[in-house]
Amino acid sequence: MGKRVAKEVSIAVADAVAQCRVDVISAYPITPMTHIVEHLAELVNNGELDAEYIAVESEHAAMSACIGAAAAGARTFTSTAAQGLMFMYELLFIASGFRLPIVMVVVNRALSAPISIWNDHGDVMTMRDAGWIQTFAENGQEAVDLLYHAYRVAEKTMIPVAVNLDGFIVSHVVEPVELLDQEQVDKYLPPLKMKYKLDPKKPITMGAIGVPEIYTEVKKAQDEALKASYRVILQAWKDFEKITGKRYQPIETYWMEDAEVALVLMGSLSETAMNAVDKLRDQGKKVGLIRIRLWRPFPLQEFIKAIGKVKALCVFDRAMSYGSTGGPVGIEVRSALYQSNKRPKVLNLIGALGGRDVTVEDFEEIFDRTYSFIKAKPRFTYEIYGAKE
Amino acid sequence: MPRDQGLMSWKDVVLGMYIVEPGNSVKFKTGDWRSHRPILDKEKCIKCAQCYLLCPEPAYEENEEGYFICNLNYCKGCGICSLICPKGAITMVLEEA
Repeated sequence: MGKRVAKEVSIAVADAVAQCRVDVISAYPITPMTHIVEHLAELVNNGELDAEYIAVESEHAAMSACIGAAAAGARTFTSTAAQGLMFMYELLFIASGFRLPIVMVVVNRALSAPISIWNDHGDVMTMRDAGWIQTFAENGQEAVDLLYHAYRVAEKTMIPVAVNLDGFIVSHVVEPVELLDQEQVDKYLPPLKMKYKLDPKKPITMGAIGVPEIYTEVKKAQDEALKASYRVILQAWKDFEKITGKRYQPIETYWMEDAEVALVLMGSLSETAMNAVDKLRDQGKKVGLIRIRLWRPFPLQEFIKAIGKVKALCVFDRAMSYGSTGGPVGIEVRSALYQSNKRPKVLNLIGALGGRDVTVEDFEEIFDRTYSFIKAKPRFTYEIYGAKE
Repeated sequence: MPRDQGLMSWKDVVLGMYIVEPGNSVKFKTGDWRSHRPILDKEKCIKCAQCYLLCPEPAYEENEEGYFICNLNYCKGCGICSLICPKGAITMVLEEA
């Protein structure tokens, strides 16, 4: 293993990308992901990374360039946030429909309008249904580890992977990060070999029309591939554990063994929530925390297992789904529970939007509310947390 | 694509729906969505080949007798042949559903 070095997380992520020996990087800088591609551009410019850095005029072009490069058999990387992700939106579906192993880091940021550069999950939730594998990091170390994992999974499943990390809160923090040794990375990520790629010696067509007689079958095949990727994802984490001793799983639990109420979260906010759990546990309250690391494909069985015997869940969403029955995670969780024998009450809060802090004290209060929700009449609704009256 | 060609299991779909056999479009019969088909009256036909020359597909082929016959596997039913025929030998009739 490499040394633990204090680094800005963006720089550590870029260094990990370089270790993955990417062939093509194409990105358009946008706050708060800029440092990642800036550092990669520097590495290429200095001759430290033998890759093609394609400077493009937009995110639409960035993803297009990645699609073209990946179609020709290159290991590709891109990164974006918020409006940039919106601008590459139509290509996201083409990348997954073409089954190209593109890896993208989404440095999560709130969507305009009003313009905000701060963190929430509004951007990536719009690509929830884009057919990408999607993971969420809690901290810098996890972001780096998920990045190695992303390449391994993408290239084994031929499905693009988006690794999410929270803008500023993770991306701009300096923390001790341990990168793998280059030999370990090379072992974990053998050179990309694609069964089909654009090659003049063996021509194929990508992007032919899907007439009504075949479109449904193609979509079914794509969905089955995404579901089947689950086992590959688990195996890739197992292989990672063999190298590093670090165990990753689709769902992370904290104090869930005997929990009566639990919080469901994604991303870095869980570190704050863990502090609240610790405080309440000291007071004898049986509270727990569930963090969803793997968002797509949704780890349904793991999730049902993780909730144990809780009587009430608070799903804390970080993205809007205007006029819906909840936040994206809330909707997912309620839908998962509906066909399950376990039916805890579900309080769905949407908060920490556009960089609004949610503190340990806030989470203590949220846990209190979740407790009182056990006896409350079920309500099929959600609440915007922290909005001042 | 005639209906019998559209029956493919999702399990047989090539990754990404790529077409891995170059030039296989010749195998596809593309005339199944026509609403009208041309019917030739050989009594009136003078073998002038206007239909053959102007068919945008081109779906017309010359047979041994020198008549130009529309290949319905490719005809889209546009009716240009019927319109252009100087003898009114081609009539468009509604396809049965």
